Amino acid sequence: MMSDLDSLYQEIILDHYKNPHHAGLRDPYEAEVHHVNPTCGDEVTLRVHVSDGVVADVSYDAVGCSISQASASVLTDLVIGKPVDEAMSIHETFLTLMQGKGTVEPDEDVLEDGIAFAGVAKFPARVKCALLSWMAWKDATARSLEETHG
Amino acid sequence: MTQTQLAGLLPELEVIRADFPILERTVAGGLPLVYLDSANTSQKPQVVIDTMVDHLERHNANIARAMHTLGAESTEAYEGARDKVAAFLNAPSRNEVVFTKNATEALNLLARTIELGPGDNVVITEMEHHSNIVSWQLACERSGAELRWFGLTDDGQLDLSAADRLVDERTKVVAFTWVSNMLGTINPVTDLVARAKAVGAYSVIDASQAAPQLPVDVAATGCDFLVFTGHKVVGPTGIGVLWGREDLLNELPPFHGGGEMIETVTMARSTYAAAPHRFEAGTPPIAEAIGLGAAVDYLGHIGMDAIHRHEQTITAYALEGLATVPGVTVLGPLDAAQRGGAISFELDGVHPHDVAQVLDSRGIAVRAGHHCAKPAHARFGVQSSTRMSSYLYTTPAEIDALVEGLEYTRSYFKLG
Ligand SMILES: Cc1ncc(COP(=O)(O)O)c(C=O)c1O
Repeated sequence: MMSDLDSLYQEIILDHYKNPHHAGLRDPYEAEVHHVNPTCGDEVTLRVHVSDGVVADVSYDAVGCSISQASASVLTDLVIGKPVDEAMSIHETFLTLMQGKGTVEPDEDVLEDGIAFAGVAKFPARVKCALLSWMAWKDATARSLEETHG
Repeated sequence: MTQTQLAGLLPELEVIRADFPILERTVAGGLPLVYLDSANTSQKPQVVIDTMVDHLERHNANIARAMHTLGAESTEAYEGARDKVAAFLNAPSRNEVVFTKNATEALNLLARTIELGPGDNVVITEMEHHSNIVSWQLACERSGAELRWFGLTDDGQLDLSAADRLVDERTKVVAFTWVSNMLGTINPVTDLVARAKAVGAYSVIDASQAAPQLPVDVAATGCDFLVFTGHKVVGPTGIGVLWGREDLLNELPPFHGGGEMIETVTMARSTYAAAPHRFEAGTPPIAEAIGLGAAVDYLGHIGMDAIHRHEQTITAYALEGLATVPGVTVLGPLDAAQRGGAISFELDGVHPHDVAQVLDSRGIAVRAGHHCAKPAHARFGVQSSTRMSSYLYTTPAEIDALVEGLEYTRSYFKLG
């Protein structure tokens, strides 16, 4: 059986941490947000570009632990190129997994590498790390839509 | 377990450890607890726990207003705790000891009641805990006063080179920490107090990290106000102390209004009791104050000089051990004689959260984050750090466990 520590630090998470996907801030974008985790000070600046109802780009600059960094990387893999509605539903699925205290069976078809975070849900202190960029993305996407519609 | 013998450790360390029941418990599936987070909150000796339980089981009643046996016993125990704290601080008068909820409340009390106006200034330092920053930021925003800061040198000391410019005739308050909770730095309190005094400003010392590990003598510091928090001096949570010179306390306006703080109340107006009751509105944390009394008695019995020596010895041993781990950078002074027992450090390539998580899986409790000292972290260009902090029950073997744990952390994250 895997130790708790190994279930937290899955190989996939460490890979994303060492080689984050879609990192850095890029143009164009409609909204940029800055979110912090007030307990530990982890921070992310995140930009969203929505075009024709599709998440065209998500770019970010993040300082934080392996969990928060890897989670930002996985987020971008999952939502870039998806229609906003579908991306929001992936967000919901990830949120449910993270808030499930380790009881939710992750759906690999939806979450892909995101299933590696199932172990994080058992560490209440780390759930916020995993959710930091996801919350920032939801916020920025909502603002992008306001920008383009309003 | 064989113990490394170091000159300066508390004699009978094993006996002291036996006073702290929590040190017997295991964590992480049967490993002994290695508690290195005492700067965050200290553990409690049996005598503190027993004193509080005994009060609740046998003497509980409200204080000062109950005309019966239990009320008298409770009042006597509560006021007795004030005497013990006064002795712990070498305060000239017991009336100078005000019980608060914690150090934060004591600092806010001062920031709320000391009169400030436009053109006045308050001087603090870049190494303050957020409680000694935000309370003054709020006071300055309310009053139009200016907030000024002592900067830090690269080796983590206060930069006093601009002191004569910062502290001037419009300075109303100079507020600073005695010992930094992040850098461990011990500040030159008598020098800072003298600078405040020279311009007629109030001096406020945050002794939250000093009171646990140094002899604190308010009279010797010459300061006007000093605060500390009960839970870091082996006492319970929910109780803190504001010490102030009696004449000054009685000049300050009340903070909270309510029962116990009045002289008389009519529908037209009220007059206020003298310190300390002036600042203790409502039913205070009675059991907690009594627990704090037992705590400072316990520390006094062991001796603050001996505790200070123990902390310095463990700190020196820890600095040596940390220096052997590749990639570790200690923030703050590297000379144990010049610092307190909280050591913040970075481990290159591993975020503090991850360090703390791996250590926790080995039963080792440390703190990771900004330790409520974001400006001090920003000063050194780090976003967060890992902090180990020892206390009178810490053994060299626990420091060895930390050092091994950090080696393991490096290998876990494949840093060679
Ligand atoms: C230097 C310093 N000041 C103030 C405080 C605040 O103590 P409390 O949270 O008990 O009010 C702390 C505790 O973290 C501290 O280390």
